[in-house]
Amino acid sequence: MNDLIRQSAATLAGAIARKEVSSEEVTRAHLERISQVDERVHAFLFVDPEASIARAREVDQQLAKGALSSPLAGVPIALKDLLATKGVPTTCGSRILEGWKPPYNATIVNKLHAAGVVSLGKTNMDEFAMGSSTEHSGYGPTHNPWDLERIPGGSGGGSAAAIASFESPLAIGTDTGGSIRQPAAVTGTVGVKPTYGGVSRYGIVALASSLDQAGPCARDVMDTALLHSVIAGHDPHDSTSINAPVPDFVAAALNADVRGMKIGVIKELQGEGFQSGVLQRFNQSLEILTELGAEIVEVSCPHFEYALGAYYLILPSEASSNLARFDGMRFGIRVDDGDDRSVEEVMSATREKGFGAEVKRRIMLGTYALSSGYYDAYYGQAQRIRTLITRDFVAAFSQVDVLVSPTSPTTAFKIGEKLDDPLAMYLNDIATIPVNLAGNCAMSLPIGLAPEDGLPVGLQIIAPAMADSLLYQVGSALESALIDRWGGLLISEAPSL
Amino acid sequence: MTTEYNAVITEFDPIIGLETHIELGTKSKMFCSCSAQFGGEPNTFVCPVCLGMPGSMPVVNRVAVESTIRMGLALNCSIVPWCRFARKNYFYPDMPKNYQISQYDEPLCINGYLDVTVATENGPQVFRVEIERVHMEEDTGKLLHAGGAGRIHGATHSLVDYNRAGIPLIEVVTKPILGTGVLAPEVAKAYVAELRDLMRALGVSDVRMEEGSLRCDVNVSLSRPGEEWGTRTETKNVNSLRSVERAVRTEMIRQADRLRAGERIIQETRHFNEETGDTTSGRSKEQAEDYRYFPEPDLVPIAPSEAWIEELRGTLPEIPSVRRARLQIDWGISDFDMQSLVNAGALELIVASIDAGVQPAAARKWWTGELTRVANERHCELGDLTVNASDIFEIEGLISAGDLTDKMARSVFEGLLDGEGSVSQIVSQRGLVVVNDDASLIAAIATALADSPDIAEKIQGGKIAAAGSIVGAVMKATQGQADAAKVRTLLLEQLGVTE
Amino acid sequence: MTDSAANGIDQDLVVHLGKLARLELTDLEVEHYTIQLEQILGAITSISEVAAADIPPTSHPIPLENVYREDIAVPGLLHEDFVPGAPSFEDDRFRVPRILGEST
Repeated sequence: MNDLIRQSAATLAGAIARKEVSSEEVTRAHLERISQVDERVHAFLFVDPEASIARAREVDQQLAKGALSSPLAGVPIALKDLLATKGVPTTCGSRILEGWKPPYNATIVNKLHAAGVVSLGKTNMDEFAMGSSTEHSGYGPTHNPWDLERIPGGSGGGSAAAIASFESPLAIGTDTGGSIRQPAAVTGTVGVKPTYGGVSRYGIVALASSLDQAGPCARDVMDTALLHSVIAGHDPHDSTSINAPVPDFVAAALNADVRGMKIGVIKELQGEGFQSGVLQRFNQSLEILTELGAEIVEVSCPHFEYALGAYYLILPSEASSNLARFDGMRFGIRVDDGDDRSVEEVMSATREKGFGAEVKRRIMLGTYALSSGYYDAYYGQAQRIRTLITRDFVAAFSQVDVLVSPTSPTTAFKIGEKLDDPLAMYLNDIATIPVNLAGNCAMSLPIGLAPEDGLPVGLQIIAPAMADSLLYQVGSALESALIDRWGGLLISEAPSL
Repeated sequence: MTTEYNAVITEFDPIIGLETHIELGTKSKMFCSCSAQFGGEPNTFVCPVCLGMPGSMPVVNRVAVESTIRMGLALNCSIVPWCRFARKNYFYPDMPKNYQISQYDEPLCINGYLDVTVATENGPQVFRVEIERVHMEEDTGKLLHAGGAGRIHGATHSLVDYNRAGIPLIEVVTKPILGTGVLAPEVAKAYVAELRDLMRALGVSDVRMEEGSLRCDVNVSLSRPGEEWGTRTETKNVNSLRSVERAVRTEMIRQADRLRAGERIIQETRHFNEETGDTTSGRSKEQAEDYRYFPEPDLVPIAPSEAWIEELRGTLPEIPSVRRARLQIDWGISDFDMQSLVNAGALELIVASIDAGVQPAAARKWWTGELTRVANERHCELGDLTVNASDIFEIEGLISAGDLTDKMARSVFEGLLDGEGSVSQIVSQRGLVVVNDDASLIAAIATALADSPDIAEKIQGGKIAAAGSIVGAVMKATQGQADAAKVRTLLLEQLGVTE
Repeated sequence: MTDSAANGIDQDLVVHLGKLARLELTDLEVEHYTIQLEQILGAITSISEVAAADIPPTSHPIPLENVYREDIAVPGLLHEDFVPGAPSFEDDRFRVPRILGEST
């Protein structure tokens, strides 16, 4: 088999299962690619080639004995560094966790292990997943493989870039306000934010517990469906995990048919603030969907304009509490420890030095929003807005099967361009945030390059909670129509690095 | 100058309130599957959840919820149809996540009451203590302060054991308790004792007070009759029945002193000093933390169904006050006797002794007599004495077999309390042998009679009661090791007198 | 809350928040965060315009209830699992610097 790194996960898994290639060979090919390009991309924070190869060999042996039957057995994967991995450094992109090795695995990590998926390493991210560019990593930014001077999106820029640069066929991301979808959009890859509770959060270092959800990242829709199938399902360690059978996402992806479907365009998520090339590609996709037999309907979600405000109160509030445990007492670094120092001083010094500017900014904001004098005006009001946004979705889904919008208002911007302007940075997630607030599911898939800058544009498909299968059905229909036009995936247009 | 306690009451009305935290006796912790047993080598009952490791998540222990609902039902509370956990945010090294998962404005059980009885000169008096709420939360880890004599102040550093972190706690909060007057300290103590007995009867906790599994915060305020309620203080972590009573009493006296001197009471938390019985100033409310409560997003709401509540109601045992009434009738004792043995903390010990086979009267006699005396002497609770029901059974067996006298039994108890070993070991080590040999007893009787010839005449003249002094002399001569009843029988035989 | 004064952001509040959040902020940071919190809150105060007093708050996006685990104890971690990651460990316990404040 040629050019192992350019194959889809499904193709690789098939070849490995048929013994045409070994997991070890596939893993080595990707490790080789990482050693060639990652110095420039910086998608990974941690790679342990020997451990990955050893694991690949183990999987090969299990496959040889017929002891493993999984649709992704032997395929390599990159894990966002927010996932706890036993004995393997887990930093969350933060200096405060430098060198920390968790004593346990996230449930997702255990599921991947059981499915014979081979970890290549841990990917870069905005510190504690706070950001939309991966510039807020404590370990330096990740570069967009389409243009190394640009951001790969965030917070899961490392996972998206690893896929876009062919360093890995698959990756796990997490999405609190768009951290899977926006990086997918700006790197020309596919990313899915599952229904809240569809994938276990146990072992995923929490940013905002009521918004966080892990999901699959890949280069095509089928691969995300395969990966989603492996990681989904009830987990008794996560009280917010949905206890219901996992739908057949792969069957949904195979059923690439939108005939007779009603697809809603969200009035509030287009126009002002959206780059013209983004809107151009978006409108072209609507035409394709119409040609495929869907009916396009405009729907209004009047409370979406308040989503950003509600999000930037709920997220910092929950984050300020979730990040309180990083105090230098039980794990991670400790700063300024000395006989004359008090625990209060050491905790404060550790947090001051260990956290970056964006993390501190949000902790301050959340501490403020939860304070007794302001709770009801801020956090309380934000939770009520959340109800209104959920009702907007319910009303919209009473008229249409799925909703669509551009994933991100712009294509990838230059590294450093928005770093000093938190508000401008926050606007990147304007189209993705409502989904997290309501807990339903969404996918971003590439729909072409913006004519003005030649950079990838993503389209977001939003489905009701628990209807993740619809994402795969609509996504694969649109994807195959686009492949027919382009003669291949958009990602094959990316620079070879 | 310090006000006498009784003088406080002539001028002021006390209002008290109690917040009691009790560790539940579940097998596992509140939010993770680590063992909830007491002790263990430090940091061995820990996991990612109770160590607050990044990424870990809590899952609620079903039995903890059920125990809380059962406690709520036993306290005549309403069980709410829907409630949530909240995070209480503050930094402290004994708290692994730097927030405590608790219940804030949505407690599981609300609006109940508990009747408690206090003995007075005019007989037992019942007070109804209204319960504001019963809720669940998690315990913190245990700090050991190094240097500075084990106290937090002056310590060079501290060491943390998280075995206790995450053990389920229930917190029972009373409404302000009015109208107790001079009995305020007794009512406070009786309330906590009743709460403890209720927990034990329900089997939701064995309330090991010596292990700190019950901790009380005591609110006290004073007001002059007819005036508005005074400013209250909250004395934290009062950990025994005796301390609850003392804390209320000393705080009443302290506040009265201040008020009489024209000073004001500062709303603050205070600490109770077990040794001196004093309370000292802690943190004032002005410096109070802002806990930034919000609903715990990692847990889903608790919504007990009617069916579940009724099922749990069906498991409630006879509640302690009803059981006490029944036992009082069974034992045929007066209100006053019953109340005093309850107040002495002897009830459960007596029941346990009877369960072990001891006759009820004997069980009562030992626990309310000799053992209560010793507990008072040693300033401890009856339950803290190292005597158990089977010891008493064994001792009673020896007494009825004539192998031990009451006086010797007291010596055995002394040995048990001093840790000298088992009953049989103590009997042999202390050489406690009843002088049963008739010949030596008769010899001793003869000596005693010879010493007091007039008494022999009296007895023979029909004044049998006079035999007591001879028996006493014989007992003295045998150093208490004779059976007095036997001596008496032998004496009468010797004198040829029949009763 | 529609005007910026109502959110009460000033340097004293920022210093207080820093203490609550255990962040040893520099003077420069206090200055920056005062401006930035003001800006961010200014940009999102539009949410207060929404009349939502009668709207129930959403704390959990998916309405689950009554999720419990059975009361079964399982062995915990071994010291070797977490001690290497601890900043300071002594006598089988986590060693922490001297504590000034009281617990609650």
